[in-house]
Amino acid sequence: MTTARRRPYGVKGAPYAHPSPTTTLRRARSAPYFFLLPATVLFLLFFALPIGYAVYLSFRKVRVSGLGLGSGARKEVWAGLQNYTDALGDSELVDGALRVLGYGCIVVPVMLGLALLFALMLDSERVRLAPFTRLAIFLPYAIPGVVAALLWGFLYLPDVSPFYFVLDRLGLPQPDLLDGGPLYLALSNIAVWGGTGFNMIVIYTSLQSIPAEVYEAAKLDGATPTQIALRIKIPMVAPSLVLTFFFSIIATLQVFNEPTTLRPLTNSVSSTWSPLMKVYQDAFGNGDIHAAAAQAVIIALATLVLSFAFLRAANRRQKQEAAR
Amino acid sequence: MPITTRSRLVASTIAVALGAGTLAACGSSDDDTEASSGPVSLTYWTWAPGMDKVVDLWNKGPGKKEQIKVTVKKQASGDTLVTKILTAHKAGKAPDLVQAEYQALPTLVSNDALADISKETADAKSKFADGVWQQTTLGTDAVYAVPQDIGPMMFYYREDLFEKYGLEVPTTWDEFAETARKLKKKSPGTDLTTFSANDSGLFAGLAQQAGAQWWTTEGDQWKVAINDAATQKVAKFWGGLVKEGVVDNQPMYTPAWNKALNTGKQIAWVSAVWAPGTLNTAAPGTKGKWAMAPLPQWSEGENVTGSWGGSSTAVTTDSDHPAAAAKFAAWLNTDGTALQALAKESGIYPAATNAQTSGAFTNPPEYFANQADFYTKAAEIAKSTAPSAWGPNVNVAYTTFKDAFGKAAKNKSDFVAALNTMQDDTVADMKKQGFEVAQ
Repeated sequence: MTTARRRPYGVKGAPYAHPSPTTTLRRARSAPYFFLLPATVLFLLFFALPIGYAVYLSFRKVRVSGLGLGSGARKEVWAGLQNYTDALGDSELVDGALRVLGYGCIVVPVMLGLALLFALMLDSERVRLAPFTRLAIFLPYAIPGVVAALLWGFLYLPDVSPFYFVLDRLGLPQPDLLDGGPLYLALSNIAVWGGTGFNMIVIYTSLQSIPAEVYEAAKLDGATPTQIALRIKIPMVAPSLVLTFFFSIIATLQVFNEPTTLRPLTNSVSSTWSPLMKVYQDAFGNGDIHAAAAQAVIIALATLVLSFAFLRAANRRQKQEAAR
Repeated sequence: MPITTRSRLVASTIAVALGAGTLAACGSSDDDTEASSGPVSLTYWTWAPGMDKVVDLWNKGPGKKEQIKVTVKKQASGDTLVTKILTAHKAGKAPDLVQAEYQALPTLVSNDALADISKETADAKSKFADGVWQQTTLGTDAVYAVPQDIGPMMFYYREDLFEKYGLEVPTTWDEFAETARKLKKKSPGTDLTTFSANDSGLFAGLAQQAGAQWWTTEGDQWKVAINDAATQKVAKFWGGLVKEGVVDNQPMYTPAWNKALNTGKQIAWVSAVWAPGTLNTAAPGTKGKWAMAPLPQWSEGENVTGSWGGSSTAVTTDSDHPAAAAKFAAWLNTDGTALQALAKESGIYPAATNAQTSGAFTNPPEYFANQADFYTKAAEIAKSTAPSAWGPNVNVAYTTFKDAFGKAAKNKSDFVAALNTMQDDTVADMKKQGFEVAQ
C-alpha cells in the first residue's frame, strides 16, 4: 500500500509539488546578499561611518569668541579646506614625513633582506636545528611593540645599559644612540628586531610550497645551491616579497609606538616626530580634533596612493616577466 | 547551511549590541533629573590613589544623611583626563565631579564643561590662601572648583654629599649657580641637578616664582606674556648653566635619572612638596640622606616660591545635581575628617591651610625621617606661593615647551629663542581658535 502514496513528478494538483522555478531563482539571487549582510553592517558601522565622521570633522573647526569663557563662547563652524591647507603648509608634518622616509629607507631594505636571507638559509638542506632557529627568529614578533621599544630604550641609555658597561670596560667609544643620525639606527633596530621574524615566516612558507620537481630538474641541469637560490627560489617567492614589502611600507608610514615610547627617555624625539604622532598630539594634546582629522585623511590618502602605485608597478613587472 | 547563516547573524547582532552597550556604558547612568529631591547618585572621575576609601567616609556619614551617594571612577592623571572629560562633555555624558589640575581649569571652562558653584562654596573660600582660591575663579565672580592639593616648590638636596663636597645650601639662584660650578670643579662626574624639558610644570613654577604672569585678561582680550622679562630671566639662567655644562641636560623620570639620584651622580632636585613620594620610588637606596630647604630666591631676603602641580575638584555642566555635587566637593576639601583621610590614603598635600598643620602632618614623611620639622617648614613655604595665571591653551604652551626646550637642552643652545617659540606658538594657536589676543 505504501507505493500508492508515492506520486510521480509532474502530476497536477500534487500536494508536495516543488516551488516554481522563478522562486528558486529569486532565492538563489538574494542568498549572496543575505550572506554579505553581517559583514556589510559591521563594515558600515565600525569602518565606513567613523571614516565618514572623520572626513566630516576635517571640514569643521571651532570658533571661539572674545575671552572664550562661559557658555556659548565656542561654536563649531564650517572650515572649508582650511584644515587641509594648514596641514599641508605645516612644516612639522612635512618634516615628520621626511623623518619617517629616512627611517623607512633603513628599516624596509634591512628587514626584508634579513628575512629573505634567513628564509633561504632555513630552506637549504644543510641547516641544523631548523625548527629552533625558526622559532628564535620569529619570537621577537610575539613581543608587543611598546614592550620591545621599552626594552631597547633601556639598553640605549648609557647609564643603565649593560652594553655601555662592556664598552666602557673595554675602553671603546660609547656612541649616543638617542641623538641625531644614530637615533634613526636605534629606532630602525627595534623595528627590524621585531619585524624580521614575521616576514621571514611569510617568505619561508612560500619557499616550502615550491614543488620538489623544480629543484630536481635544476639539479639535473647542474645548478649549484647558490644558483638555485638566486634563479629559482627568489623569482618564485617574488609574490610574497611584494606582499611583505607592501606591509612594511604601510607599517613604516604608521610608525608610532617606537618613537612615542622612546620620547620620555631623550630630548631628541619631539612630540611630532612622525606624522601619526603629530595627529595624536593635535587631537589629544592640543585638543584640536578637526586639524587632526584633516591630517589623518591626508596620511590615509598618501598611504593609499603609495600602496596602489607600488602594487601596480609590481604587477606590471610580473606580467612583463611572464610574457618574456 | 541555514544554521550557519543564522548563527553568524546572531553573532554579529550580539557584536553590534555589545558595541552599543559599551558606548552607552561610557557615560554616567544617571537617570533622575529632578534636582535635590530623593536620593542622588553622583559619579566622580579622579586619579588620586585611595580616593574610594575617602569617598566611603562620605557615603557612610554626611552623604547618607543627605542621601547623596558618590561613586569613584579611577582615571589616568592630568592632561589625559582633561581630554577625556572634554570628549565626554561633547556627548553630554561627563561625570558629575572631576579632578582637574589648576592649569586645566581655563581650558575646561572655555569648553563650557565646568559649572559655576559660587553659591554652594561661599563658606569654603576662607579655608584657602588667596593665591590658591584665585586659581578657581579665573578672575571672575564665578567659582569653578574647590582646591584640593597644592604643590609649593622646594629645594631638595643630599645632606651627606653636600657636606662631603663642602657645599652650602644655596639661598639665592646666584648661589645655586656657584654651588653647581663648585661641585663640577670638585667632582667633574657629578652634577648638582639636571634641567629637564619633559615636565613643563617645573618651568612654569620657576617662572611663577620669578613673577611671571603668563596669561592675563584685559577687558575682552587675553594677554599672553610667556616671554616676559621674568620668564626670560629664568630661561637665561638655566640655559647658561646647561651651556656651561655645570648641570645635566637629560630628562627626569628615566631609569638613567633614577640611577643618577641613587648613586649620587646628581645630588639635588628642584621639586615640590610631593617629592618624598617620587624620591622614594626613584631613589629608594638614599632614604634618610636627603633634606629639604626653601627654593633659592632671585634676590636676597626675598621669600617667594612657585607651585608645581596641585589639583582641584570641579562640578561639570552635565551634572543633573550640581548643588549636591558642589556640597560633596566642599566637604571633601574642607572637612577635617576628609582631609585627614586624603592625606593618609591619597598622600596629598592639602590646599586647605589649617589642614597643613593638622594631625596628619605632625610627623615628617617616612623618607625624610631625619627632618622632623618637614611639614612645619612646608606649611611656612606654602604661604609664600606666588599667584599663578593660567590661560585657555596651557596644553599647547606645555607641548611647545617640551619640544622647544628639549631641543635647546640637547643642543645646549639659546633658551630664550626656545621661550620665544613657546610664546609665538601659544599666541598663534589662540588666534587660530578665535580668542581675542592683545598684542
